[in-house]
Amino acid sequence: MLHVEHLTASIGGTQILKGLDLDVGNGEVHAIMGPNGSGKSTFAHTLAGRDGYEVGGTATLDGADLLVMTPEARAAAGVFIGFQYPVEIPGVNNMYFLRTALNSVRRARGETEISAREFLAIANEAMELVQMKKDFLNRAVNAGFSGGEKKRNEILQMAVMQPRLAVLDETDSGLDIDALRVVASGVNALRGPDRSMIVITHYQRLLEYIKPDFVHVLVDGRIVESGDYTLALHLEEAGYADFVNQELNEVPGRPMSGAPT
Amino acid sequence: MSETLREIEELTEAEYEYGFSTDLDTDIAPPGLTEDTVRLISGKKNEPAWLLDWRLKAFEAWKTMEEPDWAKLEIAPIDYQALSYWAAPKMKPVLDSMDDVDPEIRDMFDKLGIPLHEQKMLSNVAIDAIVDSVSVTTTFKATLAESGVIFCSFSEAVQEHPELVREHLGSVVPVRDNYFAALNSAVFSDGSFCYIPPGVRCPMELSTYFRINSQNTGQFERTLIIADDDSHVSYLEGCTAPQRDENQLHAAVVELIAKDRAEIKYSTVQNWYPGDENGVGGIYNFVTKRGRAHTDAKISWTQVETGSAITWKYPSVILQGDRSVGEFYSVALTSKRQQADTGSKMVHIGKDTTSSIISKGISASRGQNTYRGLVKMMRSAENARNYTQCDSLLLGSECGAHTIPYIEVKNPTARVEHEASTSTVGEDQLYYCRQRGMSEEDAMSMIVNGFCRQVFDQLPMEFAVEAQRLLSISLEGSVG
Repeated sequence: MLHVEHLTASIGGTQILKGLDLDVGNGEVHAIMGPNGSGKSTFAHTLAGRDGYEVGGTATLDGADLLVMTPEARAAAGVFIGFQYPVEIPGVNNMYFLRTALNSVRRARGETEISAREFLAIANEAMELVQMKKDFLNRAVNAGFSGGEKKRNEILQMAVMQPRLAVLDETDSGLDIDALRVVASGVNALRGPDRSMIVITHYQRLLEYIKPDFVHVLVDGRIVESGDYTLALHLEEAGYADFVNQELNEVPGRPMSGAPT
Repeated sequence: MSETLREIEELTEAEYEYGFSTDLDTDIAPPGLTEDTVRLISGKKNEPAWLLDWRLKAFEAWKTMEEPDWAKLEIAPIDYQALSYWAAPKMKPVLDSMDDVDPEIRDMFDKLGIPLHEQKMLSNVAIDAIVDSVSVTTTFKATLAESGVIFCSFSEAVQEHPELVREHLGSVVPVRDNYFAALNSAVFSDGSFCYIPPGVRCPMELSTYFRINSQNTGQFERTLIIADDDSHVSYLEGCTAPQRDENQLHAAVVELIAKDRAEIKYSTVQNWYPGDENGVGGIYNFVTKRGRAHTDAKISWTQVETGSAITWKYPSVILQGDRSVGEFYSVALTSKRQQADTGSKMVHIGKDTTSSIISKGISASRGQNTYRGLVKMMRSAENARNYTQCDSLLLGSECGAHTIPYIEVKNPTARVEHEASTSTVGEDQLYYCRQRGMSEEDAMSMIVNGFCRQVFDQLPMEFAVEAQRLLSISLEGSVG
């Protein structure tokens, strides 16, 4: 479904992604882990089409070339980013924002717009998923939200937008354990055969709640190791040092071989 | 970033939607301003001697005064002798009903989206329609009269209710108040008059719609609203003008009197022709708006200023009575080469008086936007309070935003708060919206509207929708 081949991205002359390869199949959940500065968030922004990056290589969604599309066209194609730092938009009602977003992608897909009443039903269902109080929809987008509320709002938006590909960028950062459970159960409820997810995270903790099908290690702009969930457990114990050293020394061979058990 | 800037520039240079002019048979005076001009205007309107004297006194005062130069505005010199001070659409002598309104005038208002046929009106709004400073019709007069509300043109009020006019005219804005107020007092041609009797809650919104049509004429309206004890009224004002290459002068005066426990809410959506992107044409808008609040009374000004080449306007409240309340909510957008120097004055005289000022300035393209406000706590203003918030939004790199607050406090128990902020529409905000599927234009318009929310929330429903649409049009270039 998502095919990424030799993806490169630089910003202000600094190369951050240095040839990233990744294939995500229908309904799969992939975790991407890696140390700070390895390019995890840049990968998310490159898929979403944020301005300011010089991008090379290939990224297609269901065969369509994402890299030539505007951010809004990518959204219409089904790309959704759960932001690490959701921005505040003062004075813009959360409900209005969400309905405008949903109707924008529907229009772009040639679908009919959703009426206010229909939307309310969709939104209420999504609200239950992230256990938010009713007044949540009437507040301004992320304005004055706590860290946990912002992340829940991202999952709420994902539930409303029903994306084809959701990229969750460090959704667990800044969450206490209760909020983490709520967010994770929301994400799990949205898993399905037609929806793939990329979960970007620093820590294994989130993956206890969102069990990925695959785990990838991103170091210095490249995926250096892929495996199943056990790879995440290993990283939790050993950290990224092995992979970082391996990258620096370009030592061939399986990085896990020398890890302590 | 530079690409975004360019797009913002395109977005903000929208076409003016109301730029058409209507071919009306107009009675117009030759250019020039002398005592004879004042006499001519007064004579045309069959005014009583006291009013002519009042005008002449104002004219004498005006001759000794000088144009104010303290505003942050660059204005080409105005030749007051080149203007015509009287223009009126020729009408049948008596208007008995809406059917008597000149069809061309009716068409003009239909084109502006303002139906003057009462049976066609959807909303609960009575309208005084003013073309070139002359009232052409007032709707729902009969309905209003049932509750004792007087709503008519100023000229009519002079004939029908001279005692009310004489008592209150100039009582809030004296003839010598300022250069433009003095000019207006000498040559004003018409405007709206409104009186709400004691204890009456006006059953519908009252509205004046101003349309400048003629060329080379100055526009001088006079509005007087009196809310007697315990009464309540909500008043709306809308303005448009044809697109012309020369600047046109508009100098209006609005006086509000809220007697004990009365409440006046005055909302303006000002969309005079702003001129083109090179600064050619556009209305010079010099307006004096002031209200006096008596004991426990409340006066609230809300303005959305998107038009005019020059805006010079400081709706004010004199908080005379104890516990009186003054409010000012403003959105001012300057795009193209527009310049606005606008804000409010709150003069606290009574005890326990409170005022708030919420100002949102948006500057785009090469627009210059200045907030200028005065909060004055007099010696008698025990425990008076003011809260002022001035937010500026900059769209682009060639525009400007300026905030000039004046605060004078003569009573140590008074409390004054002032907050100000300047921001731009963030790249990250736009990116966030676009990631959710919105076009850059929609995202921009949504963010800017959000910035103005606090003010739009103060407007009556229909006006809020209109204001939001107007702002989007001014920003989007999507002429409807």
